[in-house]
Amino acid sequence: MRLIDNLQQRLFRWQDDGTTSIRLGQRRIFIVPSRGGLLFALALVVMLIGAINYNLALGHALVFLLAGIGISGMVHTFRNLHGLSITPGRCAPVFVGEKAEFELILDNDRPMTRRSLVFEADKGMSAIVAVNGHDRAKITVPVGSHRRGWMALPRVRLSTRYPLGLFTAWSYLQPAMRCLVYPCPRPTPLPENTLRPLGGISNGQGGQEDFSGFRERQPADSLRHVAWKASARDNGQRPLLIKQFAGGSDAELDLAWSATDPALADETRLSMLTAWVLEAGSRHLHFALSLPGQEIPAGSGEAHQQRCLEALALFPS
Amino acid sequence: MSTAQPEALARDVPPWLFAAAAVTTLPHALHLPLWLSLLTGLLCGWAAWLWWQDRRLPRRWLLLPLAVAGSIGIVADFGTLLGRDAGVAMLVMFMAMKLLEMRSRRDAMVVILLGYFLLLTHYFYSQDMPTGLWLLLSLWLVTAALIRLHAGTIGIRENLRYAGLLAVQALPFMLVLYLLFPRISGPLWGLPQDAFSGKTGLSDSMTPGSIANLVQSGEIAFRVRFDAAPPARPQLYWRGPVMEHFDGTTWRQSRQRRAPESIQPAGPTIGYETTLEAHSQRWLLALDAPVTLPDGASLDGRLSALAQQPLETRQRFRLAAATAYRFNAEEAPAVLRDNLQLPPNSNPQTRMLAESWRQQAVQPERVVALALRHFSTEDFYYTLQPPLLGRDGIDDFLFRSRRGFCEHYAAAFVVLMRSAGIPARVVGGYQGGEMNPRDGYLVVRQSEAHAWAEVWLANRGWVRVDPTAAVAPERIEQGIANALPFGEPLPAFLQVRADWLRDIRHRWEALNNAWNQNILGYDARRQRELLSRLGLPDADWRSLAIALGVACTLVLALITLWTLHHRRRVAPELMLWHRALRRIRVDCAPGETPLALAARVGNSKPELAADFAAVVHHFLLARYAPENPEHLAALRAAVARLPRRRNP
Repeated sequence: MRLIDNLQQRLFRWQDDGTTSIRLGQRRIFIVPSRGGLLFALALVVMLIGAINYNLALGHALVFLLAGIGISGMVHTFRNLHGLSITPGRCAPVFVGEKAEFELILDNDRPMTRRSLVFEADKGMSAIVAVNGHDRAKITVPVGSHRRGWMALPRVRLSTRYPLGLFTAWSYLQPAMRCLVYPCPRPTPLPENTLRPLGGISNGQGGQEDFSGFRERQPADSLRHVAWKASARDNGQRPLLIKQFAGGSDAELDLAWSATDPALADETRLSMLTAWVLEAGSRHLHFALSLPGQEIPAGSGEAHQQRCLEALALFPS
Repeated sequence: MSTAQPEALARDVPPWLFAAAAVTTLPHALHLPLWLSLLTGLLCGWAAWLWWQDRRLPRRWLLLPLAVAGSIGIVADFGTLLGRDAGVAMLVMFMAMKLLEMRSRRDAMVVILLGYFLLLTHYFYSQDMPTGLWLLLSLWLVTAALIRLHAGTIGIRENLRYAGLLAVQALPFMLVLYLLFPRISGPLWGLPQDAFSGKTGLSDSMTPGSIANLVQSGEIAFRVRFDAAPPARPQLYWRGPVMEHFDGTTWRQSRQRRAPESIQPAGPTIGYETTLEAHSQRWLLALDAPVTLPDGASLDGRLSALAQQPLETRQRFRLAAATAYRFNAEEAPAVLRDNLQLPPNSNPQTRMLAESWRQQAVQPERVVALALRHFSTEDFYYTLQPPLLGRDGIDDFLFRSRRGFCEHYAAAFVVLMRSAGIPARVVGGYQGGEMNPRDGYLVVRQSEAHAWAEVWLANRGWVRVDPTAAVAPERIEQGIANALPFGEPLPAFLQVRADWLRDIRHRWEALNNAWNQNILGYDARRQRELLSRLGLPDADWRSLAIALGVACTLVLALITLWTLHHRRRVAPELMLWHRALRRIRVDCAPGETPLALAARVGNSKPELAADFAAVVHHFLLARYAPENPEHLAALRAAVARLPRRRNP
């Protein structure tokens, strides 16, 4: 296997592309006949033999014209990639098990549309995009996430068979991009005993009772709060909706590593804490997070929640 | 952007495939059995209906019996599954069935490859210009379907334009390969029996009515280009089979071998080149009398020039002829005896008439003259619709019906001569031809098919006598259209007598001839000629391969340049912006916005601040509101107001 890896490394000149734009030049585009192309070639050989045997002048012409179309199709397949600029974009954090979506920005400085560009970073997950002439398009490359922490974008294979499908042209991209993977939330009721009033009047569980409307779901929202009925009304055209409750509590919640069952595995405890952070966030509670060797003072809001989740994701194992 | 399965077929792909299947199978309806065409149409219609209704395709167990039934039908109809025609029928049926099995992109690919393959099979039946044009259009459509299959989404117009572009780029390849790819002539293996069928032309026997049937056809038999001025029309006798054996109704060629001819030309030699359409016989239809033959051809002892093999394809030959000649002044007694043969106890009245002439005149020449005078003075008619003749056909014709076509006159004349003791025989071939003023080719059609007689006279050898000329001299002088009596229905193509229509026909046929000569006629021999003209005499396959490789590489390089070349356009407002920065001698830091730059310039060069602020203002408008062309003009004006760069 190492031998093959070495060979591929030499052949395809795998390299780290950093964070700048990549412009596909001829040195990094590879092209071979596809299975359809081999079949096409076989058909042409049979047709040529037929044309010779029956002495068909126009048969010769047809075979030669088709061969010419195949060859100029090869140049066009190459052109579909040649000169394409790829710039790394953003990548929103995901929870373990979700698809990380690495955003790439594609710039086409040619007048013709580049079609059927297939991006594949993870086996079995691909994204197809077309970029109009003199235009820009965004694509998100899906990658399955399996472990919390930083996940680097694996080597991306960008391939195309457009226009004729007789040749496959491809290129390897390795932009320096990473995605933060939060632990997978493990639904657990909030620890009641850690709730302590923050000065003023407590509204008790009010935050869960006074329904005040919907908002769009963020990746950090627990699926438990999705308003499925309301979301189903628009046939999934928009992001899922989350029920919002008025009267967020002013109580302060202390979400502590020590509050989880020490008998459980570390990862499980992290998952429970993640669920708590999400729950507290969705209820607009004021909460603090304490992990061994790390304290995040009490706060609320998106930024605070993300800070907590980041701490959980990057918790040294 | 989509994350759909790349192998699944998009909803709007199948119509392209239906269209590809339709254009590639449709012309085959001309020669496939009707039931198969109907079955194909029905299957295509079914597939299209299922697509329209967005229904599931039929299951395999339903299609399998259909395929088996279709194959059985083809075997029943053609007697085999392997011949050329049966193979074409199978391909057409497969194509229709595959449309009902189109689930993935791979199935669609099979449909397209089948389509390309079907294009080739049309050339078995016709290689003329309309076929070529139709197939070019079909090729375009099938290629567009192939593009549609791999494009994700693409508009119809753009798709067709792209397919057209690819075809145009492929043309230079085609040209190079067509000219330089080593041509192999002749079949690679034995051709199936049905490889050549349905060829019209003279047959090797003659019965009353056989030539009159042939004359109905306006098809071209051959084209001739003379090196110099063509001989006069009455001398244009193109010799086919010489028929010496008569059984009372049918004239046939004799199987006897004949000694080589002795031909003494008595005039100038006329060189010409003839392009014969395929007629599945060996004779070359040479102008009487041939003095120079192409390689491999020979004379059969009766002055008929024969090729080595039956002519199954259009072929071109160089020959030379002398229209004034003496042929076999000495003839073997056995040959003369053969040419006096008559079926016993037949045509008694004819024999009596010949006997009476023989007694009137001592010299055979006089008998010939008497016979011809008999035809011209008595009440004979030249017609394409003679009445049927009885058992003693010649008697019936000479003494009762007196209406006949050239074969009647030739046969009656030969029987008269043989009855009078003069060796005579029937010659089949063509007489005349029509000069096409557009390209200078003499066109000889099936309608010019003719039969005449040949008598052997001591010291003069075989002499051509055309009794038709005695009855209808216009046939020989002007052609058949003027020789037939008024009111007689003419073959359709002969009814065209308007000059402008004839001119259109001449143009069309000249175009066809150019197509045949230059495109279809390009073979191994022409390839050698071309190569020697390009400075590669005696090119073997190796130098041919090198030439081909070099030419293909050049073409590929040109196409690559054409395809990949493009000028990177810089937006005009950016060019103006950079000009402005050069003028005020300021560099823009990476990531510095124009407004930030304006602030910096305002601090460092306050004298320029106002002018530069205007430039920035108009630049931002031109850059981000490009729909208004006035912004660009304003920017240009603002840049012009900046002080010119002075050399320090």
